[in-house]
Amino acid sequence: MAPLIGSPERRLEDLRLLTGRGRYTDDVSLPGMVYAGIVRSPWAHARITSVDAGAARALPGVVAVFTGSELKDRLGTIPTAWLPPDSGMKTPAHPPLAWERVRYVGDGVALVVAESRSLVEDAMELVKVGYEPLPAVVDQEDARKEGAPLLHDDVPGNLAFHWKAGEVPEEVMASAEVVVRQRFRQQPLIPNPMEPRCAVARWDASTGDMTVWVTSQNPHIHRLLLSGILGIPEHRLRVVAIDVGGGFGSKIPCYADEALVAFAARELGVPVKWTETRQENFAVTTHGRDMLIDVSVAGKRDGTLMAIQVKNVANMGAYLSTAAPGVPTILFGLITTGSYTFKHAAVDVEGVFTNTTPTDAYRGAGRPEATYLVERMVDLFAREIGMDPVEVRRHNLIPQDAFPYPSALGLTYDSGNYQVALEKALEKASYADLRREQDRLRSEGRYLGIGVTTYVEISGLGPSEVAGAVGFQGGLWELADVRVHPSGKVTAFTGGSPHGQGEETAFAQVVADRFAIPINDVEVVHGDTDRVAMGWGTYGSRTMAVGGGALALAADRVIEKATKIAAHLFETDVQDVVFEDGAFYVKGARTKRRSFQEVALQAHLAWNLPEGVEPSLEAQASYDPANFTFPFGAHVAVVEVDAETGEITLRRYVAVDDCGRVVNPLLAEGQVHGGIVQGIGQALWEGAVYDRQGQLLTGSLLDYALPKARSLPPFETSFTETPSPHNPLGVKGIGETGTIAATPTVVNAVMDALAPFGVRDIDMPLWPERVLAAIDEGRKRG
Amino acid sequence: MSARSFAYRCPRTLEEALGEATDPSAKLLAGGQSLLPLMKLRLASPEKLIDLERIEAMRGIRREGPRIRVGALTTHATLGGNPFLEEALPLLARCAREIGDMQVRNRGTLGGSLAHGDPSADLPAAALALEAEVEVRTQEGTQMIPVDDFFLGPMLTAMPQGGIVTSVTFAVPPEGSRSAYAKVPHPASGYAVVGVAAVLHMNPEGAIDHARIGLTGLGETPYRARRAEVSLVGQRPSESLFEAAALEAVGEGSPVGDVYASAGYRARLAKVTLRRTLAALA
Repeated sequence: MAPLIGSPERRLEDLRLLTGRGRYTDDVSLPGMVYAGIVRSPWAHARITSVDAGAARALPGVVAVFTGSELKDRLGTIPTAWLPPDSGMKTPAHPPLAWERVRYVGDGVALVVAESRSLVEDAMELVKVGYEPLPAVVDQEDARKEGAPLLHDDVPGNLAFHWKAGEVPEEVMASAEVVVRQRFRQQPLIPNPMEPRCAVARWDASTGDMTVWVTSQNPHIHRLLLSGILGIPEHRLRVVAIDVGGGFGSKIPCYADEALVAFAARELGVPVKWTETRQENFAVTTHGRDMLIDVSVAGKRDGTLMAIQVKNVANMGAYLSTAAPGVPTILFGLITTGSYTFKHAAVDVEGVFTNTTPTDAYRGAGRPEATYLVERMVDLFAREIGMDPVEVRRHNLIPQDAFPYPSALGLTYDSGNYQVALEKALEKASYADLRREQDRLRSEGRYLGIGVTTYVEISGLGPSEVAGAVGFQGGLWELADVRVHPSGKVTAFTGGSPHGQGEETAFAQVVADRFAIPINDVEVVHGDTDRVAMGWGTYGSRTMAVGGGALALAADRVIEKATKIAAHLFETDVQDVVFEDGAFYVKGARTKRRSFQEVALQAHLAWNLPEGVEPSLEAQASYDPANFTFPFGAHVAVVEVDAETGEITLRRYVAVDDCGRVVNPLLAEGQVHGGIVQGIGQALWEGAVYDRQGQLLTGSLLDYALPKARSLPPFETSFTETPSPHNPLGVKGIGETGTIAATPTVVNAVMDALAPFGVRDIDMPLWPERVLAAIDEGRKRG
Repeated sequence: MSARSFAYRCPRTLEEALGEATDPSAKLLAGGQSLLPLMKLRLASPEKLIDLERIEAMRGIRREGPRIRVGALTTHATLGGNPFLEEALPLLARCAREIGDMQVRNRGTLGGSLAHGDPSADLPAAALALEAEVEVRTQEGTQMIPVDDFFLGPMLTAMPQGGIVTSVTFAVPPEGSRSAYAKVPHPASGYAVVGVAAVLHMNPEGAIDHARIGLTGLGETPYRARRAEVSLVGQRPSESLFEAAALEAVGEGSPVGDVYASAGYRARLAKVTLRRTLAALA
């Protein structure tokens, strides 16, 4: 059989998903089920003076209304689960329903339960909440100013945490030949998975068991956190998230909403469903990015990059969401040196409360922001010293023989071959020809721009020891259980929680490849805490590196046991038996053969097992990686800017990515495509805009521009394969690379196009009006 | 998202519909592509919906002398795909193909779009450049409202209380005219940040003898740039002529800004878009 790893298998899950037979949370419908809705604050900051639910409760069909003050002693607060050490971390209480003060537009104030969805909406309109508006603060720099409105009485200066890493000796900056400084704004983004959040809860009063179906990227983490909030012991709580329609990080957090739904189900004794509206998704589901970053880079005129200093003021929103503090610190700070041999680096991060929607992980989570600043700085540095930005990269990329590479910020990059990726991307893009075309067009008054980036990122999140050291309140290992049935069919249980990426296929490939059985003989089970013993979920491009590693180890344990059984059947020593092409053989006697399926059957029949070998054929493995993985690559974008309107046309996009060994090229390419689209989205179109009172002005898909297919060129993608040396499959992670690389690649290209006007930077998104304003200024400067 | 409860009527004749429409708490439903989302958001909550779907008298496309009459219930998809319209009013057909997405074009209607009065809708630009007249029926009778007088403000039209748009007539431009609709779509909504409809005809000597310009997206209502049209007539096409006409056309409106594009940017964008459109037609 041809190896399945590396084969472009089509997605096994697609038939069900594309024919409307998926099992999304909103598809769960239970007898007697009622519906919930959450009355939300229209004010960004206000004192609650009264909540009158009388009229709502009196409406026929309304089952119950709960207010914040009724729940405050009956439910725990919403926890924060990433607490970077030595950062003065403040975690002010986040009640599931506000009862004293609301802190952002969308903060919940009352829970309404009724017999139908439309009745819920009718009743929500009847809940009368009295507010006494307070001054609001939206911008993180404003929030740090003396006299700014305070979000939490116990958090002076709105400073949630202050985290630092690395050091740049003063004399390095002072004596450098060249120092380039720039401020970058990472605008807030709204993740917008296609499926909004949803929760359904069922309480079994006879057993005390609670089942919560919820749109989650990590059901076991949800179980642990919900157990604490609800006071339901973990063994009585089941969390199910089978089909999840995208998350991009926004379904990592444990939100108040799902706790409220479970509370109502227990309180009322009937199943309760809540489905977020798209408006709620915009206002309440966590946002991403929102950082204000000042960077200084020191280097030499020969192109050498020496030191990088980063100051990041990160907007955390009104409360600290589940993983939020880890994003602008660990996931951002430690990778700000990028793929370059910076000797010195220092990062200083302030996490700040404001009256805006809480931020948390959004595809890439910290790494896109870090990559943006370093890749933009390399281009600005190149411009400063009059060198081609590609030459500066060639001069500073970590050389292939330097791996494992200890970075200035304390990471050890596992493996890399950055030069090969760069040269491949330049060749595919015909870089030299592009530069000639650029010259020719400029002479015609047309502005072509070429952007190049060479990124590296942190993925494959583990090891657990590091998780602990950086304050992540969980493990980052993964569990797998491979169960071979008597007929040789296999069920593989994983603690990973794919929600659109296609790991039902990729994991089936890993297991089927190990056993050399058809891919359809493997079923992958995930997303149910009753079926999978433990798991840490899917985020940080960790699922294949860690979850896949665990599956490979479990499968190897199955083979180990099966080999003992086969040897016994052959009446020979275990050392004399080999497993090849899906069958067991006696070495040197190929006619003696037992298929995988025959041995599986014998394992279950147990008529004739070797001594000490128990019946059945199943193995569990926990895999805790030795290090992160470090995918890398080189991307090239070609844009043309209309200097009369400021409109940007993306003409070409070339991506060369290295995620280690590629398990499924079709899935990997799909991840790269989606990632690039979201990265371009940040560069050109997306951005949450608040007014000064904290009202979200881009609160719907009419105002907030997600990327459209019509605005994108075909992507020219390819891979290089530099295996990770430290995990069983040699894989790294591909879920976020496109998003990480595409944003700086496109912005570098636009700044390159606008170089004749002396434009250095434009705040993202590069809306045409901003581009035109920058051109105007350039023209004025002459 | 669900609307507040409402009564639903589905009259089979125009007379019946006109009777229902006298109720001030009622709203007319054609394709529902604007009204239904507003109702689901509870920004509009009519007590009664009068579904016009079954009124055959509001359908059909036919020539009437120098003009073409199009039934108000004609969908954008039909406007964009009807061979007769493509031949006689290519501007209208092309403009209709720029509207929304396929689902919207399959449901949304000519009459509904005009009656909704969205200042960024596409069809008004083409209607203005084709000197459309909106036929409005009430129980009292029928009136033809020139589209130039039809739009009074954002979501505000000259429709009388109880009126129903039953058809729209368009002038067929002189034989040999060239026309275009150019739109810069908002990256989120797809509505026109700026939309420009233009018709040009040249006499045998190469001078412009017929010019019509409609603009949308720019201000509180779509409008016809009459002064710009006049400035073109009798002139030979040139870059400077079109630059001046485009400037004139933008000056005839009063641009309004939003989060995405300020008034000043919209004006510049409209000027460039119109100049380029006219140059491409000459």
